[in-house]
Amino acid sequence: MKVSDIKNILDANVLTCNNIDKCISYAFGSDLMSDVLAYINEETVLLTGLNNPQVIRTAEMVDVSVIVFVRGKQPTKEIIKLAEENDITILATDHIMFTACGLLYSNGLRGLDEQ
Amino acid sequence: MINIPIKSDTYIINANDFSVAGKVSSDIKKDLKKLGIHPKIIRRTAIVCYESEINIIIHSIGGKIVFELYEDRIVINSEDRGPGISDIELAMKEGYSTATNEVRELGFGAGMGLPNMNRWADEFRIESSSKGTLIKMTIFL
Repeated sequence: MKVSDIKNILDANVLTCNNIDKCISYAFGSDLMSDVLAYINEETVLLTGLNNPQVIRTAEMVDVSVIVFVRGKQPTKEIIKLAEENDITILATDHIMFTACGLLYSNGLRGLDEQ
Repeated sequence: MINIPIKSDTYIINANDFSVAGKVSSDIKKDLKKLGIHPKIIRRTAIVCYESEINIIIHSIGGKIVFELYEDRIVINSEDRGPGISDIELAMKEGYSTATNEVRELGFGAGMGLPNMNRWADEFRIESSSKGTLIKMTIFL
């Protein structure tokens, strides 16, 4: 699935973007960054309701280049700047985590435990 | 093992300074990329370093991270000052945490820090007393 597909499926706004055509196969949804650090080991889109710079730092460490902020969370300028510095694409959707994950799953994205 | 590092850097970490949490790990990651180290090795190093950084900020009164690159391995030494870990075995269990609500609001304090370091490092050694905690993590190239 392309980042542009994720945008359309989630009716999301694109806040930073370096590659809308990038292909993603897996997704991980969590507000716990240590869980992200424990489980992500592939090119994955991260869905989170956590809204602080540590989300970007965490993504940077595990080479995640696409993040979706759920539940209408609007990242601050500081977060957007840090994402731009690290070539991380940020999307924001009003859907809650459960709905956003369900929509992406029903359109073909898979969880990391289904590799 | 070869005991002279090709590269060695020391980074001071201040307690409670969340605004720069992750900066040291980010710098180390960028350095390793420039040196052409394999991406999976870089990722594992970045994760253990980041968890160390967060732990020093959250749990100690300050400390340092010493990064060393050898021909055959990367070593991350995390050293902090007080109060130490009273029960290391308990702290190594996934989900056990003594973190505050403020830390949890940042997305940490889920009790995965030490287990994550142990998970991603090839060798993990920890010593702790009331004076502080010393963690040595080795990742082989």
